Amino acid sequence: MKKLTKQQKSNLITLAMVVCFYLICEIFIRTGLMSSHLKGLLVPLTYYAIAAVGLNLCVGILGELSLGHAGFMCIGAFSSSIFSVMTRDALPTVPRFILAFIIGVAMTALLGFLIGIPVLRLNGDYLAIVTLAFGEIIKNILNAVYMGVDDKGLHLSLKDAASMGLDASTGKKIINGAMGITGTPSDSNFTIAIIILLVSLIIVQNLVQSRDGRAIMSIRDNRIAAESTGINVTKYKMLAFTISAAIAGAAGVLFSHNISTLTAQGIYFGYNASIMLLVYVVLGGIGNIRGSVIAAMILYVLPELLRGMDKYRMLIYSIVLIVMMLFNWSPKAIEFRQNHLSKFSKRFRKEAAR
Amino acid sequence: MALLEVKDLNVHYGMIHALKDVSFHVEKGEIVALIGANGAGKTTTLHTVTGLIEASAGSIIYKDQDVTKLPGHKLVPLGMAHVPEGRRVFADMTVLQNLKLGAYTRKNKAEIEESLENVYKRFPRLKERKNQVAGTLSGGEQQMLAMGRALMSKPEIILMDEPSMGLSPILVNEIFDIIKEVNKSGTTVLLVEQNARKALSIADRAYVLETGRVVLDGDAKELMNNEQIRKAYLGE
Ligand SMILES: Nc1ncnc2c1ncn2[C@@H]1O[C@H](COP(=O)(O)OP(=O)(O)OP(=O)(O)O)[C@@H](O)[C@H]1O
Ligand SMILES: [Mg+2]
Repeated sequence: MKKLTKQQKSNLITLAMVVCFYLICEIFIRTGLMSSHLKGLLVPLTYYAIAAVGLNLCVGILGELSLGHAGFMCIGAFSSSIFSVMTRDALPTVPRFILAFIIGVAMTALLGFLIGIPVLRLNGDYLAIVTLAFGEIIKNILNAVYMGVDDKGLHLSLKDAASMGLDASTGKKIINGAMGITGTPSDSNFTIAIIILLVSLIIVQNLVQSRDGRAIMSIRDNRIAAESTGINVTKYKMLAFTISAAIAGAAGVLFSHNISTLTAQGIYFGYNASIMLLVYVVLGGIGNIRGSVIAAMILYVLPELLRGMDKYRMLIYSIVLIVMMLFNWSPKAIEFRQNHLSKFSKRFRKEAAR
Repeated sequence: MALLEVKDLNVHYGMIHALKDVSFHVEKGEIVALIGANGAGKTTTLHTVTGLIEASAGSIIYKDQDVTKLPGHKLVPLGMAHVPEGRRVFADMTVLQNLKLGAYTRKNKAEIEESLENVYKRFPRLKERKNQVAGTLSGGEQQMLAMGRALMSKPEIILMDEPSMGLSPILVNEIFDIIKEVNKSGTTVLLVEQNARKALSIADRAYVLETGRVVLDGDAKELMNNEQIRKAYLGE
């Protein structure tokens, strides 16, 4: 076997952790040990982990701040849902979801690309401002739009459902203004979500290790030096940002195919949701992909589990945030973790050799 | 035909007219110095030549090709390397990773390896520290790394922006000796410096920039004896 580099080992550990997490959850589900409340959290925590991985590519690897990743999730959610609702009766589940997924991801990638063209050529924190505005605009448009189909084709309106002029017998409402999209088939499940998380991780890990990835990280480190070593700065910024948006879009597809009514509410797709994603990334460690997964999972599940504690909920949540911060960033903790983990892996290797 | 020919270059930063009809040329094999006080426009000139800033008028001809509009990253494969001002190394990466990125536009692995050996020969300290994170290098070592990284692209011409900045006199001498050696081994050098004495001591020719204009040019030795230069730049 070829000798693995430290980075490759670390990547494999991340993937293995996700698989273990999946298997443990499956065992708990099969044996009936998992409450239905907790079961209901599995898909969301996985898609938030996916979105956090996508955002970390933008913030940690590329070094550009985005405050609109919830907006990208929104694009992925709505575009895929529109497709699924329209083809609900025409297509069987598997090809329908695959196509919906491709459409959701492609639409998000396209929008990420279009936003990137004017913004990423500039230097400075323009991306944060533009993505923040973008997310809000998307959310507000989707709250106002009415869309339906009948045998004459697609109907759109910004006023109300009646003004779409849908044919009474063949017409079908798709987006009902602020009431959103009802009846998206619940095609996503925990297994699919985990597979998409694994694929996203593999994509980001491979990108980081590739020549392209080194170019992207060199831009983060020093733009002028990157340009003067012959790296096409704009191209690589666009590449990383588009992939990052597309991954958030994939999370959005899972989102909308996991709930029956999809609405463009602020708590899911507004700037506060984008900031929540940013919190996952920062607390998991900027540029640390594995950290994003762990932080997203813990920080998503925790407030849900603490619902019973009522007034102490936010207190405990805040304490956990602080503890995670210390664990991730204090030099002593980093040292401890490195020693501890290296001992562990040495022992592991010895045992494997025996 | 000169290797690099800059004609009537004008650059604006918004309302500021930073370069006014700057013209100069660099012949193959020369060391040409561009000297001037703070804010004279030296960095602006280099950045325009290397495609980081766009000129508002004028032309830049490199190897008989008009490169005025070419973006920076396309000039590196044509053999033009830039050592930016202020030791811009990739601070979070190791010395070796920095050097490898210097060869970013090259494909041939064996040749890259050869260049790496050459850089290590020129800068033994970089070899000793090849796995050290670049941000933790001393100022002088970072300057060496920035130069080494530029050499990794196997340039025909290397443009250096104030390599002496913030270095002790001993290190300045060391760096300038290396610049001379690099030039002897066949690389043309365009050197931007505030340290006029040092720059003129190794240059063949020099241009003097004042508030965005070339006010004087000529043989480096002659400029060294020029009354005006001695007063304004050599502190005599
Ligand atoms: N990005 C910018 N925006 C506006 N003005 C600028 C910018 N960069 C440089 N300038 C102005 O252009 C002029 C020339 O600056 P430049 O950096 O080229 O000088 P320099 O000769 O390299 O000086 P130094 O020796 O201090 O590095 C200065 O007046 C400076 O203030
Ligand atoms: Mg300067």
